[in-house]
Amino acid sequence: MRVLLNGEPYETAARFISELIAEQVPTVRVAAVVNDRVVPAAEQAVTLLAEGDRVELLTFAGGG
Amino acid sequence: MNQEDDALVLGDHAYTSRLLLGTGKFASADVMARAVVASGAQIVTVALRRFDRDRPDDALLTPLLAMEGVTLMPNTSGARNAEEAIQAARIARELCGSRLVKVEIHPNPRHLMPDPIETYQAARILAADGWLVMPYIPPDPVLAKRLEEVGCASVMPLGAAIGSGQGLASAELLKIIVREACIPVIVDAGLRAPSQAAAALEMGCDAVLVNTAVADAGDPPAMAAAFAQAVKAGRSARQAGLMPVGQEAQASSPLTTFLQGGGRV
Repeated sequence: MRVLLNGEPYETAARFISELIAEQVPTVRVAAVVNDRVVPAAEQAVTLLAEGDRVELLTFAGGG
Repeated sequence: MNQEDDALVLGDHAYTSRLLLGTGKFASADVMARAVVASGAQIVTVALRRFDRDRPDDALLTPLLAMEGVTLMPNTSGARNAEEAIQAARIARELCGSRLVKVEIHPNPRHLMPDPIETYQAARILAADGWLVMPYIPPDPVLAKRLEEVGCASVMPLGAAIGSGQGLASAELLKIIVREACIPVIVDAGLRAPSQAAAALEMGCDAVLVNTAVADAGDPPAMAAAFAQAVKAGRSARQAGLMPVGQEAQASSPLTTFLQGGGRV
């Protein structure tokens, strides 16, 4: 299916948000926001993705 | 007073260090980590951004999490209004579990001045929701008091514009904020030199937050150590009680006349 990942169109075989995160091979913890809703880590493995979902994956960066 | 007993209290947390450090603009995660250690900071700020597997600085968090006694304070930089700042706080909590949040809403990238109205709205909602809210604000004594009334853990008025290095341009307003506040006042932004950090503590501010002053220094870890010393000196001076400013000279040596009438040598 096609979702919008961090603002860009993205084709994925993932069914759950956890699988989409795994596809990115993150070396750090990432937070997921699906259609403006923060998905808690404990829910990522049971939260289904749908066609056209807007997914934001975020992490920490340096900042003051 | 013993430095151990003289804690910076933020809500139900107490810290011995009165220097908070930002983690932006460092040349590498390694330099940043060494600066954090040298600063003795127990609170360091981090920002949120989109995850990008091709960006190597994603490793920033790894050294920070390995440091004992360092609490992360996520900021809401990038938020243009209260709603976005609250969302940023919730995302950050997912990442680090911290209840500390630096509410930072500056919609104009040219001057980066905090939006007092959106900041107040976000702070009110987050404080009611149990966060230890640390709002970055213009040096406005009335706003500072209003933020205290809605339950903020501190107020963080700017010394000067972010990254400008103009020091304590807001000194006279900061003094009013300090006089009126019942919560910690932390000068955030604008500092360039350790002497300015010392001056902030001398005037009664409870702590300072620096980032660019350390990150853009020739030797960031050494500058971090210098700020740590300055903050301690400023705090000690405040507690020792500074002498009053006089209008005229007051001799500190006896003005006796023993040299008069002694004749030429």
